[in-house]
Amino acid sequence: MSKLLTRRSALIGMGAGAASALAGCDVVGQNPSARKILFSGDGMHYRLQRALVAPNALAVEYRADQMSPKFKQNGSTNPQTPEYVRHVKENFANWRLVVDGLVTKPLSLSLPDVRSMPARTQITRHDCVEGWSAIGQWTGPRLGPILKLAGLRDDAKYIVFHCADILSGKPYYESIDLVDAFHPQTLLAWGMNGETLSVGHGAPIRLRVERQLGYKHAKYVMRVEAVASLDGIYGGNGGLWEDIAGYEWYAGI
Amino acid sequence: MTELGATDNSGAIAKPNFSFVYKHALATRIWHWVNVIAIFILIGSGLMIFNAHPHLYWGQYGSNLDTPWLSLPRFPGWMTIPSTYDLAMARRWHLFFSLIFGFGLLVFMISSIINRHFSGDLRLRLTDLHPRRLWTDIRSHLSGHFHDADNPAGFNLLQRIAYASVLFGILPLMIFTGLAMSPGMNAAMPWLLDLLGGRQSARSLHFIGLWSLVGFIAVHLALVLLSGLSNQIRSMITGYWRIAEDEN
Repeated sequence: MSKLLTRRSALIGMGAGAASALAGCDVVGQNPSARKILFSGDGMHYRLQRALVAPNALAVEYRADQMSPKFKQNGSTNPQTPEYVRHVKENFANWRLVVDGLVTKPLSLSLPDVRSMPARTQITRHDCVEGWSAIGQWTGPRLGPILKLAGLRDDAKYIVFHCADILSGKPYYESIDLVDAFHPQTLLAWGMNGETLSVGHGAPIRLRVERQLGYKHAKYVMRVEAVASLDGIYGGNGGLWEDIAGYEWYAGI
Repeated sequence: MTELGATDNSGAIAKPNFSFVYKHALATRIWHWVNVIAIFILIGSGLMIFNAHPHLYWGQYGSNLDTPWLSLPRFPGWMTIPSTYDLAMARRWHLFFSLIFGFGLLVFMISSIINRHFSGDLRLRLTDLHPRRLWTDIRSHLSGHFHDADNPAGFNLLQRIAYASVLFGILPLMIFTGLAMSPGMNAAMPWLLDLLGGRQSARSLHFIGLWSLVGFIAVHLALVLLSGLSNQIRSMITGYWRIAEDEN
């Protein structure tokens, strides 16, 4: 055996094996059943984290002197739809945040309504799926009490955020479960770094869901909808990036 | 647990007698081959994930608006999984196999405590690290002698140091720096961020850990080739290591 398996042929074999294994991963990644297995990792991490992490365990909060000097803008930085352009021109005077779906008392809140609600201010780290992080300060009412105000029904399981921005020709949206929806740091933020939230960062309102990656923090939130299932909502995967690129719905990792 | 190997005394040229010794426990063998697949995929998909933001920072935060300590060009497609730019699929690969790798290491470690792989085969004593002993083992490596004549199936000193550093150093480092990048796990283990100096430091250490691991794998493969390839591969499949009588 040792004569058949010389060092040179072994080296060549290992190289060829590695190269074909790499190429094989591309093939496997396009196979529907293999994808199903790979994509099951999302649910496994979700259930593991829900089991291991206390529902109200807080994301790390930072001191003012630990903030990023400049906070990177990412994703949509200006939804130039006619409707949004009009809202910006009117300084969001006619903008309304709709809270509906599986609730007993649907809400339609003006920006002053949202700003007059008891607000929480937190300095947290924003982690992009790409790998970078920025630390900023966010101010806004907690989502939980707003959902209670609307009378969330027992059959509601997810909260969907419909946004004003269009990405790849499709409206942006995101969704989270009720654990994150009622988490004490989950905010509908109207303020950032001590100022009114800018258009670049999601004016007038951006979701903060601090234990997940950046793409879950929907900007330009127009409507908050309580649903029983994510099936049938846009592409059915719970978010625009989940639908168009295959990102994980649970972005806690 | 030595078994008598095949002998052949009939020919004019006497072949060396040899015997087999049970060297690698089942848990070790299964873990080894599972890891071959898992770590291969974790490296390829990890390089793809790195390509999404090929800059590294120290501290809690770091983005294009901050100063990286390292910026690299993107790794070429032949090194990454998938081979074309696809962060979402790379994450699917990476996060699926991170579970296999992480829990695999946990099961292997528990098994290795129970089957005394750690306390027996890989035991390192402080006196082992004496420069004279290290020098002796380095010299025997350089002269192509990898096995202790008194214990030919055992692990030599450099081997034990290398395996111990990987098992108790680099591999746990990869897992903990990986967990420290998870915003969900940060909430559960905020101390981990303090320990590692922040999320971007954790990301940098994850990258450094990767290349230490690649270095270990390169040396590991080179030594497998130099120290009897077929015997090594067979022993990692069947568990049995062949000792030639003339080595005893």
